[in-house]
Amino acid sequence: MISPILAKTLSDGLVDFSQTLRECSLFGWIFSSFPPLSSSGALLLAAVIHTALVGLFFGLPAFVFIWAERKVAGRIQDRLGPTRTGGRFGWLQSLADGIKLIQKEDLAPDAADHMLFRISPYIVVAAAFSAFIFIPFSDGWTAVSMDIGLFVALAVLSLEVLGIVLAGYASASKWSLFGGMREAAQMVSYEVPLGITAVIPVVIAGTMNLNDIVTIQSGGFWNWLVLHDPFAFLAFFVFFTVTLASNKRAPFDLAEAESELVGGFHTEYSGMRWSFFFLAEYAAMFFVSMLAILLFLGGWWTGIPAIDQALVAVSHGSDAFQYLSRILGMLILLTKSGLMVFVQIWIRWTLPRLRIDQVMTTCLKYLVPISCFLFLGVVSWPFLMLSMTGKTSWGTPIGERVPASAQLMEQTASEDQKTGKQTGKQTGTTVISSRAADLRTVNVQHGEKR
Amino acid sequence: MHWFLFVFYALFACGGALAVVLSQNIVRMAFYLVVSLGATAALFFLLDADFVGATQLLIYVGGTVVLLIFGVMLTSSSPLSSIKNTPAEILQGAVVGLAFLTLLISTVLSVKWATVPEMAAHTGVAGPGVSASQGFNPVQEGNTSRSIGSALLGLRFDRDLAQPGSSVEMSNDPVSAPGSDEQLPVEHSHSAQRSAASESLSTGYLLPFEIISVHLLVVLIGASYLARAKRSEMASPASVGPASR
Repeated sequence: MISPILAKTLSDGLVDFSQTLRECSLFGWIFSSFPPLSSSGALLLAAVIHTALVGLFFGLPAFVFIWAERKVAGRIQDRLGPTRTGGRFGWLQSLADGIKLIQKEDLAPDAADHMLFRISPYIVVAAAFSAFIFIPFSDGWTAVSMDIGLFVALAVLSLEVLGIVLAGYASASKWSLFGGMREAAQMVSYEVPLGITAVIPVVIAGTMNLNDIVTIQSGGFWNWLVLHDPFAFLAFFVFFTVTLASNKRAPFDLAEAESELVGGFHTEYSGMRWSFFFLAEYAAMFFVSMLAILLFLGGWWTGIPAIDQALVAVSHGSDAFQYLSRILGMLILLTKSGLMVFVQIWIRWTLPRLRIDQVMTTCLKYLVPISCFLFLGVVSWPFLMLSMTGKTSWGTPIGERVPASAQLMEQTASEDQKTGKQTGKQTGTTVISSRAADLRTVNVQHGEKR
Repeated sequence: MHWFLFVFYALFACGGALAVVLSQNIVRMAFYLVVSLGATAALFFLLDADFVGATQLLIYVGGTVVLLIFGVMLTSSSPLSSIKNTPAEILQGAVVGLAFLTLLISTVLSVKWATVPEMAAHTGVAGPGVSASQGFNPVQEGNTSRSIGSALLGLRFDRDLAQPGSSVEMSNDPVSAPGSDEQLPVEHSHSAQRSAASESLSTGYLLPFEIISVHLLVVLIGASYLARAKRSEMASPASVGPASR
């Protein structure tokens, strides 16, 4: 009874576009177009370009969101917020803040452990920055495309807490110590529901590759994983709550509770080192928003089938059109993520801060059991659907949602006709057979390369 | 490039480990441990064992070391406490450490490194310099997660298909190159061939995994029970209201 479902799941999970990805990879392009460069040189150049681009999308959103935070906070509190810097709307406020912070003296308390005190802001920034390396900004636009992209991104982001805890400890101040302890306790417990809810889209999609997870959400907003089943719908909200906590945003900002702990873990910091913590915080806000969009809310798809299909059709036209459609996809993704960040800011200035015991209760007594239940629900959903309707999901089956499939099907159909008689005997139902043929062609290419 | 990166991270791993031993301050030790473990994770990534590397980062660097520092924060009496070792402790540590080092060195020396690529190619496991014969991603994107996941459930594509019982239909398949074990998991799990193949399937690691996880849960509940009992005992004579909830 299980085997057809297993076969279906496997065929869903093994959707593969990596061949095209490798052909389009920056390293491959540099290596083939600039013959004087050696393999190492091309690799280095590609790495520098990737890092610069990712750094841009790490720094600029943080820059914008610091301004947005002030502006939104002002409006919510019936003020205007910054109005004058940079002409109108105070849009250069972040730059003014930055210039002010650069001018400040870089202090370290005498009692502090100087090495750890100085190094911990860099750990925080490096962790938040590195997490962006694994995020696809548009279809195939990712610095390091990995099969386990989601897992490794979460693993790298979890290093951020280490820098904060070290900062709290190395400051040798009571306020900082309290802040660091709260952060450690909070993060260690909130990683459990974060991991479980992040696994839910993985269970549905059958892959941890973020690019593939978004690919199967094409073709209309009803294909987004948040609407896949009621459990996934609730899981999105749990995920969002947990990411608020993991970014120590209000109402979970106990690590830096200004009214109780002066500044928490960053009490003793000043100047650029202080600003690094905030750069990392806003970048991490943006990161988890992007992650939520990619996992649950359709990534770079608009959700309107006509527009999405037009984008896909255009991208098959030529390289320039493909590039344009990718840029549009990136704009869609960034807009959606910006809206999520706006919601985070909105929540921060609306809800009061929880007490530390309430934070722990929320996590351990409510979020962990809820996320476990949702996980079980998502796992059993295909069986439920299968027994009731004969299909494993609403609407389009996951394996058929891939937008490029039309093109690939044509290719594989023609190649099937060539090799048809020999390979035909192992095919089963039409979906699985075409997918298998698809994989077989890839495999043959792999084999030939070896 | 590969060689340079290997030396770079290996130096960090060894230097971090040495610094852990030589440092006196506990939190600095924890930091050097982070350096060492992080560099080890990077070495895993270099070996295309991406899943193991990410797990190393998540569990050891992001989890265990944070808990370690958390424990130090909760328990240390003075800020930035350091530990002083007695000579006996140093001797004990040295004996245990040297014993493990001997074990490791003897293990490394007992492997015939010349035959490793051949063996890796035979079993379908990717090794350094050997392209994987399974999985559909380029090696640098990692293709270990599906192999690990299916092995957990008992589907060993690398091994099962190499056995004579299961590869009767596969053997005259023109797609597979002679001598290689690469086959399609989709075909393999297909119901028509499943009956023939199911006899030779290995049992998988799911049961041991579940047993270990239940074991850990028991330990966790036991630990929280012990901690709880102590607290209520201490709180009861003082009869503090909010503490004994």
